[in-house]
Amino acid sequence: MLDQSYYQKADEIIASHGRKSSSLIPIMQDIQEEYRYLPGELLTYVAGQIGVTEAKAYSVATFYENFSFEAKGKYVIKVCDGTACHVRKSMPVLDAINKKLGLSKNRKTTSDMLFTVETVSCLGACGLAPTMMVNDEVYPRMTPEAAEALIDRLKGGEGA
Amino acid sequence: MIESREALHQTREEAKKVLDSYDCRILVCSGTGCIATGSEKIYEKFVEICKDAPGIFLEFAPHDTGEHVGVKKTGCQGICELGPLVRIQKKDKVIQYTKVQEDDCAEIFERSVLGDEVIESLLYKQKGISYQAPEEIPFIAKQTRIALANCGKFDAESLSEYIASGGFTAFTKALFEMTEDEIIEEVDRSGLRGRGGGGFPAGKKWKQVARQKETVRYVVCNGDEGDPGAFMDGSVMEGDPYRLIEGMMIAAYAVKASDGYIYVRAEYPMSVKRLRHAIAELERCGLLGDHIMGSDFCFHLHINRGAGAFVCGEGSALTASIEGNRGMPRVKPPRTVEKGLWEKPTVLNNVETFANVPQIILNGADWYRSIGTVGSPGTKTFSLTGAIENTGLIEVPMGTTLREIIFDIGGGMKDGGTFKAVQIGGPSGGCLTEEHLDVPLDFDSVKKYGAIVGSGGLVVMDEHTCMVEVARFFMSFTQRESCGKCVPCREGTKRMLEILEKIVAGKGELSDLDRLQELAEMVKSMALCGLGKSAPLPVLSTLKLFRSEYEEHITQHRCRAKVCEAMKRYVINPEFCRGCSKCAKNCPVGAISGQIKKCYHINPDICIHCGACKDNCAFDAIYIED
Repeated sequence: MLDQSYYQKADEIIASHGRKSSSLIPIMQDIQEEYRYLPGELLTYVAGQIGVTEAKAYSVATFYENFSFEAKGKYVIKVCDGTACHVRKSMPVLDAINKKLGLSKNRKTTSDMLFTVETVSCLGACGLAPTMMVNDEVYPRMTPEAAEALIDRLKGGEGA
Repeated sequence: MIESREALHQTREEAKKVLDSYDCRILVCSGTGCIATGSEKIYEKFVEICKDAPGIFLEFAPHDTGEHVGVKKTGCQGICELGPLVRIQKKDKVIQYTKVQEDDCAEIFERSVLGDEVIESLLYKQKGISYQAPEEIPFIAKQTRIALANCGKFDAESLSEYIASGGFTAFTKALFEMTEDEIIEEVDRSGLRGRGGGGFPAGKKWKQVARQKETVRYVVCNGDEGDPGAFMDGSVMEGDPYRLIEGMMIAAYAVKASDGYIYVRAEYPMSVKRLRHAIAELERCGLLGDHIMGSDFCFHLHINRGAGAFVCGEGSALTASIEGNRGMPRVKPPRTVEKGLWEKPTVLNNVETFANVPQIILNGADWYRSIGTVGSPGTKTFSLTGAIENTGLIEVPMGTTLREIIFDIGGGMKDGGTFKAVQIGGPSGGCLTEEHLDVPLDFDSVKKYGAIVGSGGLVVMDEHTCMVEVARFFMSFTQRESCGKCVPCREGTKRMLEILEKIVAGKGELSDLDRLQELAEMVKSMALCGLGKSAPLPVLSTLKLFRSEYEEHITQHRCRAKVCEAMKRYVINPEFCRGCSKCAKNCPVGAISGQIKKCYHINPDICIHCGACKDNCAFDAIYIED
């Protein structure tokens, strides 16, 4: 069971977008921004509130890559594997990060819920390839070493 | 509130006065690229320095008696590679500084803002020559900027600066001096073609929407720039949001639409932020909303954020997504102009297309036609990336050749590499090689060579890029992004990817190439939507131009670019090997053997090409054999 506060938050978000079926995606985006994932119970609740079937809500949520039913880490690292980054060797950066955090293709979030590692197809900073994004911040000209150092810095900030 | 044309005029005069009052403006680039290299900190540093300096005023006040310095965040200044970029704009000159660090700010302020000196070390340099003014820099001098005209010149968030620079003159001209038909006719005559990749004439689209019986219509802007390696539209949205909106307003007035939507890609948070701010500003002063400037024209603008589906860049998938559905394309006809958003007639154009509209209305169709080629008038923005000296955002007349773009504007190949190919049009496009360097880049010419202008991503590749791997890369992208609705795309991309993965892994057979060709042609002719139809283009294009590379992978197990892991042959150089046995201990499959203090040996039959030995060798004795 989710805490009552989740439903209150959902009500606020629903109110800001309006109780209509076209609000489904923006509402899910706001909920995910708030909790870093989309709690299943909340999606069911939202569907009822805005008048779409539960099946429809799930079909939309699972179609779009951005929605996740599993909680993500505090820092969501998106390694860009767009063409420019790929050509300038972005995959070794991803490998280094995964190795450092003990993650893999099938295990994307660390058990301490600090890091989630994903790839993304283009961040729009191709001039500075290879790039990656931590939450909303873009980091340019990455190397495996720079990525490892960045993770150490983020971890260090947590300890302090 | 700006309630009439006169009021806008007055606002403009006041805004100009403020703009003219600056003795100096420090323009800090706030494009995604420069922010990534730390331009926000540079901006804050300059603000801090100005605040602390005696007799310097940041904000305009009529009674200030001192130097008036403005620190502003602009849109993309273009040379992303050399960020953070800063321009010092004085009454009589502009200085472009590159790679500005926090420590440089004080010196810039002392010498170039207060003083009249130029700091040589921060200037743009090419072939030993330093350039001071941005328009002298070869990278910028050879461009023609229409859609990007304002980017980098003033505060991207400031409505008053946009108005001061002539913003909304085109809109008021359209609203008060032209009929709806005249506007559409002007756009049609200009020959403006959709910049999103298709190249469909914008005027025709508008005409078709205006002709519909249904009176509820929509204007939708496609800002779902999903092609990997393309960031032109993002740069317009974050660098000059008001111009995009002005273009949409003209379109809305022309086709009698009262609601508009901008669909922005999820990965562009900065674009969303700037557009939201711009819409709020325009609503605040009545330039968006009901009865704009006292007229009967009402227009409301909404932003929808994408949620990570490439296919939503396709028109019918995009409108489905705005409606709150799965973003899947549907069968056409009916086309979007007849039944688009909520089954209503819809003008759906891309960001750059709308951004061109104000200039066309202002300067006329003939002026626009004088730029570019007969079949493709105007300019095109490209994001120039990859193995090239100057990466960045450019805008050139249609018909400019690749040679001019890569060698004049782009400054040639990076690190002395050899030009091999340029990938144009992303996952929907193809490659052009040395023999195509003098082909004029316009919608029709490029198509003849199996590529497309597309949205404008140009990724330059040198001898270190494996073309088979590039084809595999794009196919893995389209396979992942296929919405799964139609069988040719869903299954075809999967099977093509399997074959490409097989070849890259060194397990390909020559007959695979025929099968690949057959599948590619099938998907191209049978997929439901434009994205599916164009998904095989990277394969077809590389098969045609680089067939020998495919064959080398298959028959000789050789990757000439030394990219494909499975083709790498790791060898120990006996000259450097000390026989420490570290490589043998690190090898996960026991492929390395030898005696202590004697040269070790890698058995190529067992080796899995993981590279662990090479990474761990203390004497750099292990190398990849050609």
